[in-house]
Amino acid sequence: MSRNLYDLIGLAAGICFILALKGLSSPKSARRGNLIGAVGATIATIIVFFYANDGKALNNQTLILAAIAFGVLVGVPAARKVQMTQMPQLVALFNGVGGGAAALVAIVEYLKLGDGAMTAEVVATVFTVIVGCVSFAGSIITFMKLQELMTTRPVIFPFGRQVIALTLVGVLASGGWVISSGGSTPLLVNGLLSLLFGVLFVLPVGGADVPIVISLLNAFTGLTVAASGYVLQTTLLIVAGTLVGASGTILTRLMADAMGRSLFGTLFGAFTAKAQASTGTVDARPVKSGSADDVAILLNYAQRVVIVPGFGLAVAQAQHTVRELADLLASKGVEVAYGIHPVAGRMPGHMNVLLAEANVPYEQLVEMEEINPTFPQTDVVLVVGANDVVNPAAKTTPGCPIYGMPILDVALAGNVIFLKRSMRPGFAGIENELLYEAKTTLLFGDAKDSLTKVVSALKAL
Amino acid sequence: MASELMSNEIALLAIFLLSVFVGFEVVSKVSTTLHTPLMSGANAIHGVILVGAIVVADHANTNLELGLALAAVILATINMVGGFVVTDRMLQMFKGKPKVNKDAGDNK
Repeated sequence: MSRNLYDLIGLAAGICFILALKGLSSPKSARRGNLIGAVGATIATIIVFFYANDGKALNNQTLILAAIAFGVLVGVPAARKVQMTQMPQLVALFNGVGGGAAALVAIVEYLKLGDGAMTAEVVATVFTVIVGCVSFAGSIITFMKLQELMTTRPVIFPFGRQVIALTLVGVLASGGWVISSGGSTPLLVNGLLSLLFGVLFVLPVGGADVPIVISLLNAFTGLTVAASGYVLQTTLLIVAGTLVGASGTILTRLMADAMGRSLFGTLFGAFTAKAQASTGTVDARPVKSGSADDVAILLNYAQRVVIVPGFGLAVAQAQHTVRELADLLASKGVEVAYGIHPVAGRMPGHMNVLLAEANVPYEQLVEMEEINPTFPQTDVVLVVGANDVVNPAAKTTPGCPIYGMPILDVALAGNVIFLKRSMRPGFAGIENELLYEAKTTLLFGDAKDSLTKVVSALKAL
Repeated sequence: MASELMSNEIALLAIFLLSVFVGFEVVSKVSTTLHTPLMSGANAIHGVILVGAIVVADHANTNLELGLALAAVILATINMVGGFVVTDRMLQMFKGKPKVNKDAGDNK
């Protein structure tokens, strides 16, 4: 196959990726878009077998096919079986292995070129190795945080910022060493320091900010792929990698805005913010705790109810029960809507996926900007397993980790009902003052059990 | 030779820059509803590094190079195939067709 034909087919695959991203911007076209992307990727993979070795069968072809088969055997079941609640971890993990793959490709290409490499190639290689390793290590730490294999709180160590800065200097210096002297030892040092930097730079990120980091690392991996496309002189890799890098950057910014955070604050905030020990007077204060019957009565005589779902709902697998409740209320003539915070759940848009899983039509899921003005006309807000996204501390307490994050203004509604397992604060670890207000009723227990009780109490009314 | 190389570099640079703008443009109007599938879909797209991994596996001269390249093939395949499958699984639900999820077991 000629170079030109190969590049043309590669370009077609690149267009598939553009169409895929474009399709993903609306629920109606999204699935088709994703399929177009998959087709593009498949074509690109198949034609490289006919091109890479001038039309002859590839060297090591059997091994390559075996490796692909192995990857499919690992990847597909993981993608099929993962629960929707665990989606952020899976995305982080897939992103990490992608970054790792790009770094490995660059390393192999570097070893093969030896001393004959042009400077520009070496620079691109070093860039790929650095960013790929950072993305790989960072994603693995992100995965461990989300899977709760390690603490979700920011990990702060003495002289943290200095250590991170020093590691970064080391990464850049060793990169320069590779470029100036060549050889495999400098590259090894460079790779290891980059891995270390990836770990250090994610450790201090608090649980609530992890989604932003996933998106940022996704953009990083995209850029890595683009750089390796330059090293291998493959147009398709440049197009695909750059698309992901650019869209990932925009997405990261959109998310940071949704959380009211600057990107810098997210990444290095843990070191600059004062350690906010949750002040210990919390347990002593009284809260108003109600029964399922009380909650059912409140809901039954409301005209408008807004349900605010949080990750606790998903953990309890209560999506279907909450939908049952919403349908029941609607049949009694109550106006019901879901108020979805952009970062409800553990990654942006996560709650939409979780509720879609329970067959809630996406038209009922109202975004924050649209639902906030309606709270004063809302009789009852039912907060199910959410905390941080309705926490007024984001507005009232400068210095707390979520300060500045836009929240759902549920305090403006007539009544607020919290379904909670306990008084434990949310993922970000911040006390919620709203729990102690007079208009607030708490119903303790597993979200699913509580909702089931409320549903049967409602039916009995 | 040198000038040919140069024009090739400039072509690649042009492709890079145009892709940046397309990437910005395509994603800037996405509703928050689809952020998760979008991230996952974009993630799958960079799995196309598989192409690069196959090329270096073909060119590998030593066992070390071959081993690293094959590892890259495995990782890239997981990224690409897994990414598209899981994105499709999510988007299928957004279609809103009644579908009982048998995976939604009793995860407390």
